[in-house]
Amino acid sequence: MAVITMREAISQALWEEMERDPKVFIMGEEVGVWGGTYAVTKGFLDHFGAERVRDTPIAEAAIVGSAIGAAMAGMRPVAELMTMNFAFSAMDHIVNQAAKIHYMFGGQMKVPLVIRAPGGGGRQLAATHSQTPDAIFAHFPGLKVVAPGTPEDAKGLLKAAIRSDDPILYIENATVYQQRGEVPDGDYTTPIGKSKVQREGKDVTLVTYSKMVPYSMKAADELAKEGIEVEIVDLRSLRPLDMDPVIESFKHTNRAVIAEEGWKSFGVGAEVTTRIYEEAFDYIDAPIRRVAQKEVPLPYNRHLEQLALPQVEDIINAVKEVMK
Amino acid sequence: MEKQDYLELYHQMVLIRRLEETAADLYQKGDIGGFLHLYIGQEAVSTGILAARQEQDRVITAYRDHGVALNAGIPVNLIMAELLGKSTGVSKGRGGSMHMADVSKNFWGGHAIVGAHIPIAAGMALADKMEKRDGVTICMFGEGATNIGYFHEGVNLAKAWELPVLWVCENNHYGMGTPPSKASAVSEIIQKACGYGMPAYDVDGMDVLAVKNMIADRLAEIRQGSGPQFLEVLTYRFRGHSMGDPERYRTKEEVKKFIENGPIDRFHKFLTEQKIASEKELTEIQKKADKQIEEAVKFAEESPEPADETLFDNIYVEDLEGGA
Repeated sequence: MAVITMREAISQALWEEMERDPKVFIMGEEVGVWGGTYAVTKGFLDHFGAERVRDTPIAEAAIVGSAIGAAMAGMRPVAELMTMNFAFSAMDHIVNQAAKIHYMFGGQMKVPLVIRAPGGGGRQLAATHSQTPDAIFAHFPGLKVVAPGTPEDAKGLLKAAIRSDDPILYIENATVYQQRGEVPDGDYTTPIGKSKVQREGKDVTLVTYSKMVPYSMKAADELAKEGIEVEIVDLRSLRPLDMDPVIESFKHTNRAVIAEEGWKSFGVGAEVTTRIYEEAFDYIDAPIRRVAQKEVPLPYNRHLEQLALPQVEDIINAVKEVMK
Repeated sequence: MEKQDYLELYHQMVLIRRLEETAADLYQKGDIGGFLHLYIGQEAVSTGILAARQEQDRVITAYRDHGVALNAGIPVNLIMAELLGKSTGVSKGRGGSMHMADVSKNFWGGHAIVGAHIPIAAGMALADKMEKRDGVTICMFGEGATNIGYFHEGVNLAKAWELPVLWVCENNHYGMGTPPSKASAVSEIIQKACGYGMPAYDVDGMDVLAVKNMIADRLAEIRQGSGPQFLEVLTYRFRGHSMGDPERYRTKEEVKKFIENGPIDRFHKFLTEQKIASEKELTEIQKKADKQIEEAVKFAEESPEPADETLFDNIYVEDLEGGA
């Protein structure tokens, strides 16, 4: 087991898959000469060449649209969007083309496409560049949406996504690229559509994913000092959403908090909460709490931005609330 | 061209005309749902294009796709069955009028979001270029699509990367009810190609032989490495945009003028005047087309509806437990 960062995990997965399969290639804004705006593809151009490490125009519909076409024609493209916020410029191609083509033509065409997109707030980029709109994309049958919270899953999920024959949105979080963690040696994949218990505990089920996984881990450490044992279920995939480990955990804790970075309204927490009500109503001992971003376009000011974003302290408080 | 080749072109155009007339009747009866966009008046365009393409050349088009589908080699029975939403339809009843495709015929649909297939076409050409195949991607769209962003992003990318694409703009004079004079910065669509550094041509889309010859020349040049080219095909639809079109935007006199010089009548006259075919032979072809359509309707009507338990089929390539 080596200890590496999220950034290294993503980079290694992409590198190894490009070594393994010549049909895999990366395309996006500044992925080549620049080495990726978040340095994920540093060194790729020299090793793999410009055919497979393709700098694109700043034109997201062209990036995702052409990646869809290349995928339909037998390639396995990985399209990098510089940030998740730019996915809106490619919205039609993501949700109306990639997610529909296999079904709408009766299964004739496949779209083995991975779209990588880092999102998240906390870097003083103001309202247009700081969003966590994951839930929007999880709304559409036909698209798979994954969002790893540890380096191990970041590497395993990207490899699984590249090998999958389905279109997959792979959500990264730019504020945790330096987060470190152990990854298994050698080649491995993480199953798409499988949640995982990242920490066991008997008192509260804390359902989370992506950047809120390390936040939840910190919160759990603090709560343990006060004798509260938190069980953390990392969703890892938003679609398909695997509720089994959540329900199983909830049936023995009877209490739940859902922590996400995006806005609360119509969010991941809303979905998970509802499913708990639908599938485990008889086990509920306390109102379920959601930790999420405050309902405001993120401001530039550092203090105000942090005020709007969910913090470790918010998770701690929510857990204490449901323990009352 | 042999006599048989001429007769085949005539047969294809007549078959499309009969297919569309019958589809209109079935729509009025309520047997066909959704939107129905007829190709009547534009038959020479796809008949000429498909007669000139080689089997390695991909074809992709917009939602006015029945004629393209037929010319691509999809049996008329399967087209009719798709219009009726049957399980035997070419897209298994999932796509309907606007989403027909047959990958085995290198026909990639049938795309209903205006212009969205343009970047997809660029991506298919990218795959062919990366894999060193000598196919050209023929991408058809209406003149209305040249006003949407996807067009500009797609053609820009294709030229920046010198992809083997033939852009074919079917200019039928109206984007729904709005002419280029009201919707486009330049009324001559061909001028738009100049901004992207592409060789640009136009052709009379009411003359099937002119279209065929033009396409053959363009494909030959692109195959030899010219990069993308642009072709504007001037045509006209005799019916409304779709079945629910009040046609307030044009006069009956204007429509009559085009109908009098329609593609089938013109070719009919050419064949008899040049003594390539007799009236009797052409009448036989018309009768043959009538019979084919009659049989197609019978086939479609007798075909089963898709079974309820197939509702979730083909949402993903890799099927998931518990749905999507």
